[in-house]
Amino acid sequence: MINILLNTSAVIISISIFVGLYRVVKGPSMPDRVIALDMIGINLISLVAVVSLILETTAFLEVVLLLGILAFIGTVAFAKFIEKGVVIERKRD
Amino acid sequence: MKSNDIILQTMTNVVLFIVLIFSIFIFFNGHHEPGGGFIGGLMTSSALVLLLLAYDLETVQRILPIDFKIVAAIGLLIAIGTGMGSFLFGEPFLSQTYDYYTFFVLGELELATALLFDIGVYLVVIGVTLTIIQTIGEDK
Repeated sequence: MINILLNTSAVIISISIFVGLYRVVKGPSMPDRVIALDMIGINLISLVAVVSLILETTAFLEVVLLLGILAFIGTVAFAKFIEKGVVIERKRD
Repeated sequence: MKSNDIILQTMTNVVLFIVLIFSIFIFFNGHHEPGGGFIGGLMTSSALVLLLLAYDLETVQRILPIDFKIVAAIGLLIAIGTGMGSFLFGEPFLSQTYDYYTFFVLGELELATALLFDIGVYLVVIGVTLTIIQTIGEDK
C-alpha cells in the first residue's frame, strides 16, 4: 500500500516538473521563468526525498539539504539581477 | 538608486554559518558516503557567493582579505605533496593508507591519508571558483 502511494507521488511530482519546464521555456516574462526554476528546485527536493523512501536508504538525505541551499542562492541571485541588472556590486552606495 | 536589503542581509548573517557548517560536514562525510573535497569546496564557495550577493565586493574583501589565487596554489601544493609523500615509503604515486587510532573523548577513529589529499582538492576548488566569480562579477 505504502509503495503504491510513493510511486504515485513520484509520478505526480515528475509531471509537475514537466509543467514547470514548459513554463521555463514558454514563460512570457522573466519573473515567470525564475519562479518556475524555483518550483523545479522544490519539486526536485521532494522527488529525491520520495526516491530515498522508495529505496529505503539514507544516502540521499544530504542531497535534499544541498538542493535547498543551491535553489535558494540561485533564486536570490536571479531576483537581484532582475531588480538591479547586476549580480555582484563593486561598491554599495 | 538607494536600495534597502535589510531582510537579505540579516538572513545571510544566520544562513552563512549553517551553510559553512554543512560544507565542513559534507567534506568529512566523503570518505565512505557521498561528499568529499570537491563538493565541500563548492558548498563553501556558494556560502561566500551568498555573502557577495548580500553585501558588495569591497566589503567582502575587507572581511576576508585573502587572495584566492594563492589559496588555489596552496591547495595544489598540498595535493601534489601528499601524492609525492608516498615516494618516501617506496610506494607508487598517490598511494594511500589508513589506520585506527583511539582518542581521548572521541573514541576510536579511522584516520586516512586520503583526507590530506582531499584538503588540497577543497582549497583548489574554493580558490578557483571564487577567483572566477570575482573576476566575472567586476563591472567597470
